[in-house]
Amino acid sequence: MREGTATSDIPMDTFVQQLINGLTIGAIYALIALGYTMVYGILRLINFAHGDIYMVGAFVGYFLAFQLGFATGPSLLGLTVVLVGSMIAAALVGMAIERFAYRPIRKYARMTTLITAIGVSLLIENLFVARLGAAPRAFPQLLREQSYTLFGNAAISKSQILIFAVSIALMLLLQWVIFKTKVGTAMRAVSFNLNSAKLMGINTDFIISFTFALGSALAAAGGVLTAQYNPQIDPLMGIITGLKAFVAAVLGGIGNIPGAVLGGLLIGIAETFVVGYGQNVGVPTTFRDAVAFAILILVLLFRPTGLLGSTVQEKV
Amino acid sequence: MKRILVSLGLVASLMFAVACERKGGPGAGGNTGPIVVGYYGDLTGRTSNFGQSTKNGVEMAADEINKAGGINGRQITILSEDDEGRPEKAATVVTKLIDQDRVVALLGEVASGNTLAAAPKAQAAKVPMISPSSTNPAVTQVGDYISRVCFIDPFQGDVMAKFAANTLKAKKAAIMLDFNSPYSRGLTEFFEASFKKLGGEIVDKQSYTQGDRDYKGQLTAIRSKNPDVIYVPGYYGEVGVIAKQAKQLDIKAPLLGGDGWDSTQLWDLGGDSLNGDYISNHYSVDDPSPAIQKFVADYKARYGNVPDALAALGYDAMKVLADAIKRAGTTEEPQLKDAIAATSNFAGVTGTISLDKDRNAVKPAVVLKLQDKKYIYVETIYPEGMTPPATAVTPVTAVSPASSTASPAAAPASSPAKAATTATPATPAKATAPAAPAKATSPAATHTATPR
Repeated sequence: MREGTATSDIPMDTFVQQLINGLTIGAIYALIALGYTMVYGILRLINFAHGDIYMVGAFVGYFLAFQLGFATGPSLLGLTVVLVGSMIAAALVGMAIERFAYRPIRKYARMTTLITAIGVSLLIENLFVARLGAAPRAFPQLLREQSYTLFGNAAISKSQILIFAVSIALMLLLQWVIFKTKVGTAMRAVSFNLNSAKLMGINTDFIISFTFALGSALAAAGGVLTAQYNPQIDPLMGIITGLKAFVAAVLGGIGNIPGAVLGGLLIGIAETFVVGYGQNVGVPTTFRDAVAFAILILVLLFRPTGLLGSTVQEKV
Repeated sequence: MKRILVSLGLVASLMFAVACERKGGPGAGGNTGPIVVGYYGDLTGRTSNFGQSTKNGVEMAADEINKAGGINGRQITILSEDDEGRPEKAATVVTKLIDQDRVVALLGEVASGNTLAAAPKAQAAKVPMISPSSTNPAVTQVGDYISRVCFIDPFQGDVMAKFAANTLKAKKAAIMLDFNSPYSRGLTEFFEASFKKLGGEIVDKQSYTQGDRDYKGQLTAIRSKNPDVIYVPGYYGEVGVIAKQAKQLDIKAPLLGGDGWDSTQLWDLGGDSLNGDYISNHYSVDDPSPAIQKFVADYKARYGNVPDALAALGYDAMKVLADAIKRAGTTEEPQLKDAIAATSNFAGVTGTISLDKDRNAVKPAVVLKLQDKKYIYVETIYPEGMTPPATAVTPVTAVSPASSTASPAAAPASSPAKAATTATPATPAKATAPAAPAKATSPAATHTATPR
């Protein structure tokens, strides 16, 4: 139906442009959703502090750029250093959160960890607000901005290409880690059954810690990439983006890695099309955030396991 | 248990004593002692550049007055409160300033939404409030204790519509508005009405909300309608990003905006993407009038950066208040609010301030072009019924721009017109012919705008 409208009264280049726009933010959601889904797969924990890790990543990048003197002008070296640096820093933060907030209470009911996760999220947000203020900051531009015309009016900018390239590379890397390395095999074993894995001699604490590090690094990459696309960063930027990424993870089937990517891209596209074409059918632009949550409700009603999720037996 | 009760009782009586003391506290009315003025603004939130600039302007004005001996021998004390840019917080801090600090008058806010939340508190307590820069018409309609020293949105929206239609010769305009902001909605309404009246067409209207992270969906939709100009009446935080993303989409049409763009952070966010865009504003720092240049120099010496329009309006608001207290001879009500309402022909940095019957300032607006992190003066647009300063129409000034800039003798009241003369070479639209300066100062170039 959408294609129908696209060809009849909406020019094709506009349609393609909206698709590119949607995929760009979708790629960011996907990067964050991966962290939600990996942690859930292993611990059955919804890590609500994950959206804030995305924010932490953006802020670490911001301070790295200024401290290392990359803020003065665009440079590829600066971008790489800032991106990798913030990923490492966020990985450490993620591991620290797991070690000090989640590990001590892992043996208690799942509700306890869930509430702790919300507490950690609020703690991070408010620490940043208290230390840095709530005012948005302008992230230095490390990429010389340029647009390339595809056809008609459809254009793709360098920062969008960067987002696509880096997120695809990271997702392939993640796939390789999970399926081709020893630690990845251990991660999969832990996600099947934590106690059995422990009996097999797997250092489960290390694997859980590693999973948090991996997820947090991906979220931080999302934070730095998004800051090249939209230079405004603030301590509360992770709330709504994190929630949408969570919805993306649920939409794709929480615990399922390709599902998280698919869910992220779908949410991004859905959101952009509401903005781009919603007015034609009487849906105001401001409904963009509502759409993600409407999707969440529909998924939970009709397909609680998500698009790619399989029915999981409740473990006893 | 008994001990707890006793200590509770003690605490209660202590608090009562403190409360009683506050009643006659620092800012109590009367005609002696320091004059306590409350300032509230966004000092840490999303629009904190606004609040900080205004606060700087207010404090600088207060210091100048105090150094010159105060008002009728009384010194001014400014008490500042942070409302974090949130309307509900604005109402709370204003209540605190009124009830606890007993301020004689209030200065604030910048964002109309926050002023609208705080104004009813001031009106109910009968404490005069002067808003330096809230332009939504509803602000002073709250009551007779609320006034302002800036022009209002019907005029500002009109100015941009006139500029787009007459100077830029735009036929098709698109609008991108901040859906939840009374400021943005007000400007949209008046721009739209005025632009249509001038024969233009609004081809698309898109909205966003503060804190959105992505604007490409809206901008792509706008691009497909091919507008000549895009009106974005928002605040700098979002506008900077919108400008950047518009350039990423290869949108060539200039963006037009209002005074909400004026902030140094706009450039950090938007950078070169903002080149070629236009805004309407309250004053231009390039204005050669000695009063403005002295203000700019003093401000730079004190704070280290160029004052934006909000700093200038904060400064003017404080000076207008001081002037009213001086004329009233007291800080008692209702004399003070009547004195504020009677402000007329007050020479402020942002122009001559006269309050109309609705306590809104009637002032011209300037249109500025954004280029390489600078605001370049383009033209001055006067409200209907207000004639451009006399020197602007005399042919002597018009044909010899050099003499008009060089001679401070020609200064009084001619500032906007003179700015037109000197800034013209920097304006591509008019820099084409050597005869251009004369054109800029001729009455034809200064459009008059209807205030409603």
